[in-house]
Amino acid sequence: MKRSAEVVIIGGGIQGCAVAYNLAKMGCRDVVVLEKNTIASGSTGRCAAGIRAQWGTEMNCRLGIASIEIFENLSEELGADIGLHQGGYLMIAYRESEFEQLKRNVALQNSLGIKSRVISADEAKELCPLLNTEGAVGFTYHHRDGHADPLLTTFAYAEAAKRLGVEIYSFTEAVGIDVNNGKVRGVRTNRGFISTGVVVNCAGPYAREVAAFAGVDIPIYPERHEILVTEPIERVSKPMLMSFSGNFYIQQRPHGSFIMGYGPEEHLKSHALNSTWEFLEGMARKFVRLLPRLSGLRVVRQWAGSYEMSPDAQPILGRVEEVEGFYISAGFSGHGFMFGPITGKLMAELILSGETSIPIDMLSYRRFQRGELIREPAVV
Amino acid sequence: MNKEKDVIICRCEDVTLEEIRELIKRGYTTVDEIKRITRAGMGPCQGRTCRDLIIREIARLTGKRVEEIPMPTFRPPIKPIKLGVLAESEDD
Repeated sequence: MKRSAEVVIIGGGIQGCAVAYNLAKMGCRDVVVLEKNTIASGSTGRCAAGIRAQWGTEMNCRLGIASIEIFENLSEELGADIGLHQGGYLMIAYRESEFEQLKRNVALQNSLGIKSRVISADEAKELCPLLNTEGAVGFTYHHRDGHADPLLTTFAYAEAAKRLGVEIYSFTEAVGIDVNNGKVRGVRTNRGFISTGVVVNCAGPYAREVAAFAGVDIPIYPERHEILVTEPIERVSKPMLMSFSGNFYIQQRPHGSFIMGYGPEEHLKSHALNSTWEFLEGMARKFVRLLPRLSGLRVVRQWAGSYEMSPDAQPILGRVEEVEGFYISAGFSGHGFMFGPITGKLMAELILSGETSIPIDMLSYRRFQRGELIREPAVV
Repeated sequence: MNKEKDVIICRCEDVTLEEIRELIKRGYTTVDEIKRITRAGMGPCQGRTCRDLIIREIARLTGKRVEEIPMPTFRPPIKPIKLGVLAESEDD
């Protein structure tokens, strides 16, 4: 194990691996990634794989479409298949007020060059012929949304980073950050000390604990979300189906299996990752109502993962002012995988040049102290 | 005949002994990592056959004992269940 590095990244999920790859690509190759388990074993590897630009704030629209543009060429760039499927997100509104919001979102998206649109029930059924549209009042669609394999994507970033000289240490847990005179001096791990002037906190649901190592308090907390996967069948649904009021997302992977989930009724702040029977039944009811012809489809596996929640469900990105050399890329609140390619690039730019190609000042952790929260209307 | 290429370790997801050995040699020495990269163990049988075979291969190539190789998490349900059957249950 290296005893010193230019940059030490804590966390081997999509954020950590994408930051590492982008740093190395921009010429900073003396980089170490610390992962307490194995690559993509935390929130990234448990996530729902979705990628979208259909957002309700300008910041998220900009990040979303920029990330999609990277995803579209990522298999080629990283030299490994990432399992991308761009069948669009079909947003389904069940309330008039919700449909009005979706229409406002589309207007905002269109103003930023995202070619989303309001579509009719007939067109929705053309995209997904088995869809039961009963009760739905409106639909929006963006054809470049979709999903990719979070595991393959993260391993592809990790392998590409390694080829550029980055060292990735599995089963290596950060247990402390040494700060002296307001500057980062190094990271203590269960395998020894690594001296460094730059630490990036990409610890997802553990980001608060990692920030505390440097004496910084950030309001990120874990929240358990459940999900399941079915046996594979031939492609019957091109778009990913999503509804905020219906509280579900359902998508069919290129492999043929369906992945689906919904937001928890109880919002427990805990690292618990157990599965429940209630979710299995609740999800089955939503699915069968929506796609009744597929009621014979079998569930193969269910699991849970942590959303790394921030108070306004927006990420905390940027440098920490009171500790020189300490950076945070966490708090993605369920959207870390889809934003990973762009935030990995932006964080590398920030660390190496102090500037970013998309302004991210408003995502500073200081916004909570200043009371400048960002309200995103389009989250499940 | 290429023996490693012809031996299927995960029958649900068509993963061969050659692929498994290749990954172990590249440093992926846990069942979880091999599962995440190849899908071995993610199919309808949930790794009933391949899990033990993969653990044995990891032990053999790394020189560790089988007991030293961490087991992946066993996830419900034990057997695949139809969504329609789950949707009709009335215990709430």
